[in-house]
Amino acid sequence: MIWLTWRQFRTPAIVASGALAVTAVVLGVTGPHLIHLYDTSGIATCHGAPDCQQLIDAFQSHYQLLRLIGTAVVVAPGIIGMFWGAPLIARELETGMHRLVWTQSVTRTRWLLVKLAVVGLASMAAAGLFSLMVTWWSGPIDRVTMDRFGTGMFGERGLVPVGYAAFAFALGVAAGLLIRRTLPAMVTTLVGFLAVRMAVSFWVRPNLIAPVVRRYALNLATVGFGSVGSGAQTLLPNAPNLPNAWIYSMRIVDAAGHPLPAHLVTTACPQIGMDAGQGPPPGGSTVISKAVPAHAQRILSDCIAKIGVTYHEVVTYQPASRYWPLQWSELAIFLGLTLALSGLCFWWVRRGLS
Amino acid sequence: MIEFHLDTHSGVSPYLQLVHQVRRSLRLGLLDVGDQLPTVKDVVAGIAINPNTVLKAYRELEYEGLVAARPGVGTFVTKTLGDGSAASYGPLRQDLQRWFAKARRAGLDDESIDALFQDTFRSAAREGVA
Amino acid sequence: MTSVVKAVGLGKRYGRRWALSDCTLDIPSGHVAGLVGPNGAGKTTLMQLVVGLLAPTTGAIEVLGTRPPASPAELARVGFVAQETPTYTALSVADHLRLGAHLNPTWDAALADRRIDRLGLDPRQRAGKLSGGQRAQLALTLAIAKRPELLILDEPVASLDPLARREFLQDLMESVAEHGLTVVLSSHLVADLERVCDYLIVLAAARVQLTGIVDDLLASHHRLTGPRRDPRRLPSDEEIIQASHTDRQSTFLVRTDAPILDPAWTVEHVGLEDLVLAYMGQATDTDRGRRPALAVRR
Repeated sequence: MIWLTWRQFRTPAIVASGALAVTAVVLGVTGPHLIHLYDTSGIATCHGAPDCQQLIDAFQSHYQLLRLIGTAVVVAPGIIGMFWGAPLIARELETGMHRLVWTQSVTRTRWLLVKLAVVGLASMAAAGLFSLMVTWWSGPIDRVTMDRFGTGMFGERGLVPVGYAAFAFALGVAAGLLIRRTLPAMVTTLVGFLAVRMAVSFWVRPNLIAPVVRRYALNLATVGFGSVGSGAQTLLPNAPNLPNAWIYSMRIVDAAGHPLPAHLVTTACPQIGMDAGQGPPPGGSTVISKAVPAHAQRILSDCIAKIGVTYHEVVTYQPASRYWPLQWSELAIFLGLTLALSGLCFWWVRRGLS
Repeated sequence: MIEFHLDTHSGVSPYLQLVHQVRRSLRLGLLDVGDQLPTVKDVVAGIAINPNTVLKAYRELEYEGLVAARPGVGTFVTKTLGDGSAASYGPLRQDLQRWFAKARRAGLDDESIDALFQDTFRSAAREGVA
Repeated sequence: MTSVVKAVGLGKRYGRRWALSDCTLDIPSGHVAGLVGPNGAGKTTLMQLVVGLLAPTTGAIEVLGTRPPASPAELARVGFVAQETPTYTALSVADHLRLGAHLNPTWDAALADRRIDRLGLDPRQRAGKLSGGQRAQLALTLAIAKRPELLILDEPVASLDPLARREFLQDLMESVAEHGLTVVLSSHLVADLERVCDYLIVLAAARVQLTGIVDDLLASHHRLTGPRRDPRRLPSDEEIIQASHTDRQSTFLVRTDAPILDPAWTVEHVGLEDLVLAYMGQATDTDRGRRPALAVRR
């Protein structure tokens, strides 16, 4: 049975190996160069000086195209699920080949077990290798952006792609087994995979570990003036100095937790809004103070002092130290889903009709 | 070695056709004592019939004393049918033809003629034995 | 006489439609059994129930003394070739043999190679490039080389030209003679069954209409022709299968083991095709609106 599984999987395996080899060569060649660029850029010793941003911009201009490889890591599990998982069983059922292979001398359970194990492990290995290479190569970039905990970035690095690939594969196999047609199974796999990934990213991951809540007093370092989108101009929190943290929210609230209304700012600080300095938009980068006219700064700092009597900043976040626990937790979740789907497949194939 | 053929439209059952073909070959001198009949495997590979049919035919021939089966070796002819008395066939044949014509004139159809002939032949044979 | 297939009250339902209902069978070993019936009668369903590809809705089935689902050892005793003889189009002939060797502990590699050699198949040729007859022969090789006790063939020659059909049957009979297989093969061409089958199963309208050893069936069925007569006036031990009347004449197809003594009848033998048609006609009489689509080749 292993021979047959390999023989049927030969072409996809060769294609994947080739792709991984090419990736390894490209990343292996450019990786050391990227490290060298980072080492010589001076960003490491920058520490928030005014010309830091320039150095960062200069560094980030390298390898613009190759950075997309991170996106490929996110896309790969879906591809694996669609092209390795869905056709695994669906093609056999669609073409009637199960009538040949189920009447040899192997039981259906063994047939499914070997197929699932061989191709499933291959999926996990491929995704794992790919993620390993990209995580290593992106090291310097991550040190600059310090954003690996972001909702999108979380799936591009580390361990979770292995879990995603295993789950997408198992989902594909289950879809193929239930739907029995390759193309509908592929579509179902993709849709299902995206749905689960998004559900876990937005609803499960934030609630796995209770976030840390920190209060900051309002001052020029923590607050700026501007507007969010098309909203009114008001005091806005600056990004706190929490590198590689995952920030859920930053708000300016009073002791009871009510948010700062914009009209209060305009009432308390009527002179603000004219030529005032704008804080940088919320993000994960280091705090940078822009050069603003001295008198505008004084108006802003007076306003902040006035408001700061009743209001303070609240930041809800996961500290950087929780990155790996969350990676392992999410991996466990997806592996658990994989096992559940596999169990369903075994149950279905035993009682299934031809 | 003789070869068999099957006429699916003759209405005669397959095993009887094989028996008749062996008997004809014996009569015509194509098979002699000691010759081997084709193996069951070779027969069915040639004319795509059920092996049991061939076995049945060979058993019938064995029952008639014409062949003998040697296990593991094959089936061999033990007796011929041609007996050199072909000279007497002519007048006997004519007698028969005359009788057939009479039967038809009396209004008998093929089946009835056959039934009458078989019935009379059998009772005559029984009397002969007794 | 051992049974290779024993079914009692076997039934299979798909949604609201019964593909097979109330089937009771006892196929003895050592025969080539022909399963004949119109399309949609349930032949494929029955065969797939025998090899364990389907599970029954009602009733029970026993194959070679065991009930499906089967262990690997039990699976090794039954060979199956499905309709349309599925083969892996991308795999070569040699790959198919390797498949057989890996998946069957009882695989006889020498036999397989001999057959492929004798059939003139190129081992390196992909199965997708073979002709229909060659694919059928390849599928049969896979089934036979695992040395089963029972061989189930679902319409193996339906899509073959006459020459390929004859060669397939010659080859099959040779294997039966050589290995002592029991075979169950289905067809809607009675002529082929006539040549090779010595056991008959007639399936029509999802039910078994007739089973038995062909010679016995042919000996016990007669066509009676004579002056017009009410069927109820025939002796009770003569079971009427088919009756037709003109204003003066009646023709009955009866089944009886006793001799027919009434001199008013002209008694004739019934050919296998006519016999099968009569039983299938009987099925449609009870199941109105379904016409048998049996092909009669002459």
